[in-house]
Amino acid sequence: MSSLRGVVDWLTDGAHWRGSDGVVVRTLQHVELSAVALVIVVLVALPVAMWLGHIKKGGFLAVNVTNVGRAVPTFAVLTLLALTSLGIGNRSVVLALVLFGIPPVLTNAYVGVREVDPRVVEAARGMGMTGMQQLRRVELPLAVPLVLNGIRLAAVQIVATMTIAALVSGPGLGRIIQEGFATQNEPELEAGAVLVVVLALLVEGGFALLQRVVDPIRRAHRGDSSRGSRGGRSGRSRRPAEPSLVAAASVVGAGLQNGNREEGLGAPSTAG
Amino acid sequence: MNFRTGDCLEANSWICAKFISTRKDELLSALQQHVTLTAETVAIALAISLPLAIAVRRGRHARGGLLGLATAVYTVPSLALFGLLVPITGLHSTTVLVGLVLYSLTILIRNVLAGLDSVPAEVVEAARGMGMGRLRILLQVELPLATPSIFAGLRVATVSTVALATIGYLIGEGGLGNLIHEGLTNYFKAEVLTASVLCVLLAIGLDAVLVGLQFLLTPWARRAGRAQ
Repeated sequence: MSSLRGVVDWLTDGAHWRGSDGVVVRTLQHVELSAVALVIVVLVALPVAMWLGHIKKGGFLAVNVTNVGRAVPTFAVLTLLALTSLGIGNRSVVLALVLFGIPPVLTNAYVGVREVDPRVVEAARGMGMTGMQQLRRVELPLAVPLVLNGIRLAAVQIVATMTIAALVSGPGLGRIIQEGFATQNEPELEAGAVLVVVLALLVEGGFALLQRVVDPIRRAHRGDSSRGSRGGRSGRSRRPAEPSLVAAASVVGAGLQNGNREEGLGAPSTAG
Repeated sequence: MNFRTGDCLEANSWICAKFISTRKDELLSALQQHVTLTAETVAIALAISLPLAIAVRRGRHARGGLLGLATAVYTVPSLALFGLLVPITGLHSTTVLVGLVLYSLTILIRNVLAGLDSVPAEVVEAARGMGMGRLRILLQVELPLATPSIFAGLRVATVSTVALATIGYLIGEGGLGNLIHEGLTNYFKAEVLTASVLCVLLAIGLDAVLVGLQFLLTPWARRAGRAQ
């Protein structure tokens, strides 16, 4: 238990928290670059995935991009980037994070839209919705659980990849672990590991919570059981369509619950 | 980019045949270390996950707890996991192996459970009606029918392990990762690119081996495919 003691001592030493290589600065770097990368990933991958899912094309690409992402070591990509003219700076690190964040969002959002019950889309078309309206008001709401799942997996992957960036002298909390390994300073590397674990679990937990809160299917169910259609956003202006949409939504939701949703389609390559 | 004239080493080109020919032995031994580490990892993870999944599959709490734990481990970045293992296993090659096994376990347990769940209840019922005992049903009915799901897990675990193993270089046990790191410290482009490409090729190759193995182990799936 001497090592636990060492970790506690390291973490409670104020000197380790201050300064340009202190815990506070390292954490902010980690969170900031990860957040920037996640926003870029969502902006790039989500529209592409939803459109491919809507026109039901490109499935091979959308699904296999995850397998490719798993086979490529994050450490190798970061090292290759470090040796290019870009070097290792915020820009190249964000580029690597984006590359590894795209696959889970792309695959999950694609499958989410693709797997929407065709009868529901048919009904929407029968109501006179245009392709864009179908995508925005029917397919997107029904795909939300998987879309959010993809974003959660991407966030976890990005935070993990950000840690590896330290191995090529990138910024972030991984630096504390890397310095600990380099100097064989066990308390330091273990303290760094603890900090990274806390951050990773917070990110995972935060997004899992978000999934519960935002999920329109759950909200619709909650609405049913309490007072009317609080969550029936998709059909408020077209009241007659609402019950069938919600019913279909719950069917899709149940299917997802038992299948790919819990398993997490295209789980990340764990940190690479 | 004058690798055709042979001084691609001096020019520090990304692609350099001279590097491959002069350092062939080193590349091969790194590749071998990588393969060994991956094979050991996946074999140990399978040996642990099968009995574990079978033990917890009927217990709701044990099952939920194990899956929750698996998710938590999966969330921990590899570098941090190795860091957390150091006080237990030391700055030693065991740390890398244990860390990789833990990741593979999180994948395999899920897939073994999913595979066992996917066995239709009628099939088990029929086997029981034929007078099969629980052990025989498990070995001759349930596990064979769970094979596709287990193999899906083995493929993901293997490919992930090949990629993850690279950072084992921190403890001198990273196979091709050792070369990637060496290339980084010496600013040697050909070494980094060659080792990286070998890593991806190794992942693809091992994946193909598993696909072939599954093909051999599930003859009934082939028959069903032909019948359709």
